[in-house]
Amino acid sequence: MAFGPFLLLATLEGLLQAAVLTLTALGLSLVFGVMRVVNVAHGEFYMLGAVVAWWVASMFSLHPAVGFFAALVISPLIVGAIAFASERLILKRLNYDPESTIVATIGMLYIIQQTVLLTYGPDARPVSAPFYYRIQLPWFGYSGYNLFVIAAAIVLLLAVWFVLSRTRLGLIMRATQFDREMAQAFGIPIERVYAFVFAAGAMLAAIAAVLIVPIRQAHYLMGLDPLLLSFIVVILGGLGSLRGTVIAALLIGLSDGIISVFFSPTLAKIISTLLVTLVLVFKPEGLFGAKAR
Amino acid sequence: MRSENTIRVIALHVGVLAALFLVQFVLPDYHHLALTRVMLLAIYAMGYNMLFGYTGLLSLGHAMFFAAGLYGAGMTAYYTDLGVPLAFVIGIICGAALSLVIGVIALRTTGVAFMIVTMMFGQVAYLTITYFTDYTRGEEGLTMPTSARSFDLLGLHVDLTNAVQRYNLALGLLALTLLVIFVVVRGPIGRVLIAIRENETRTLMLGFDTFRMKLGALVLSGTISAMAGAAYGLMFAYVGATFATIQYSIEALLFTLLGGAGTILGPLLGSILMFYIIDITSEYTQAYLLVTGVALVVLVLFFPKGILGTIRERWLSWLP
Repeated sequence: MAFGPFLLLATLEGLLQAAVLTLTALGLSLVFGVMRVVNVAHGEFYMLGAVVAWWVASMFSLHPAVGFFAALVISPLIVGAIAFASERLILKRLNYDPESTIVATIGMLYIIQQTVLLTYGPDARPVSAPFYYRIQLPWFGYSGYNLFVIAAAIVLLLAVWFVLSRTRLGLIMRATQFDREMAQAFGIPIERVYAFVFAAGAMLAAIAAVLIVPIRQAHYLMGLDPLLLSFIVVILGGLGSLRGTVIAALLIGLSDGIISVFFSPTLAKIISTLLVTLVLVFKPEGLFGAKAR
Repeated sequence: MRSENTIRVIALHVGVLAALFLVQFVLPDYHHLALTRVMLLAIYAMGYNMLFGYTGLLSLGHAMFFAAGLYGAGMTAYYTDLGVPLAFVIGIICGAALSLVIGVIALRTTGVAFMIVTMMFGQVAYLTITYFTDYTRGEEGLTMPTSARSFDLLGLHVDLTNAVQRYNLALGLLALTLLVIFVVVRGPIGRVLIAIRENETRTLMLGFDTFRMKLGALVLSGTISAMAGAAYGLMFAYVGATFATIQYSIEALLFTLLGGAGTILGPLLGSILMFYIIDITSEYTQAYLLVTGVALVVLVLFFPKGILGTIRERWLSWLP
């Protein structure tokens, strides 16, 4: 394949990666931004989304599309409910203390992951895509479903942006993020906002997982990579900054594929992790975030 | 009153060490070996506790220091013929050097950022080990050659395949660690570290160079962890990348939390209990990490001070 078409293919793959990563990282960023909680179990909500999607899809044997769209609705709801419950039962009782919540979410990571191992098993299982449509380009064929994932992610991003910046709910969330105590003084039920935000963050990860599961299979260890990548994205974009998160996810998603072509994937990971760590040490507001007040 | 407490405290520690010495004569083979491992893991956790329990810095990447000792000693013994004692020392030096470098960078951050930075560095260390898989053999690991299974030191012949000698060597290292931590923590330095844990700004205002104190605590902590790693690799003749995973960092945190962060004997107690809890559950299920998860959540929710921390708070206020 010539270089031009090769680059096009790499870009398409990169965009797919970026689309899923943006949704996942956005969930992590939202939770950190509003609640100041580092959710180490975030990747497990992603994994849970994929596993529940497999479970839902396997119950509908009519047409793959029925199972897929049912999963797209049911899976985030179930994952959101689990996140909501764990927020009420664990994080709230810890008073959102940064150190304790990190330890608790590490515990949640193991509990979710190992419970899935016990019930779902160690196998990777596929979910069929809702449709198969191959777009035949002059140089290679490309799956139409991949483009659907990218489009769906863009729509969801716009929806999140709309909710955050144009609705009352978004205003409440931003007010809580800006100044928790002042928001409470103005009568905002911040505890309910926290529970809602935590569930919404998990749901974003679950939706990303349902979208990707027809391309990559559902497996109980699939949450670790998205967790680390989301951390990288959220740190680069600036902790709690949504615009920065989107830009960083695009950057990481697109460059990941291209770097991996030229270097070994492990070396690419080492370099990117090291760079991001240094960003967090020397420029903690992120590359795109606003200066801390 | 104070001297009476000191006598009590010393008696307690000598008693624990004496009990560990005596118990080797009655233990069946399996538990004899298990306890040897647990004592080395306890040294690792005690190193961790130095930073987390006394200085209040929560690291999520301590496995890199353990691995530095493990690989520093293991690869020296595997690729050179410098001998076991020198390999052990090189392992410790590797850990000290790594913790100094990491400390200088990571201690520029505080709170949540410090946890993430250490976790990321830990991940980089793990990936680096797997990247140089030609030399380290990655997850598969290296098995020490027979030449590195025994050594002569000061006219003594030590055979590392001998279970009794291994047990008492581990016990000796544990006693040494206990002594070092005891002296540091109960001395003036320990008081400053605890002051940093409680209120860093105030400590800084009192005129202490908190950055240097924290760096010192981190280097001591990393060096002790590396010593545990070096001893582990040489005694059990195996060096592998699994010891550098995040999970291994979390184990140190779990041992410390369970036994009681900020107590001298807590990590030892936590290591013994958790080792056996996992050992027993892994007989029944492959999902033994579930226990780790439940333990972390329950501890942080209901017993944030751990076993010895709770005992100290309720009954024995003199417990160090």
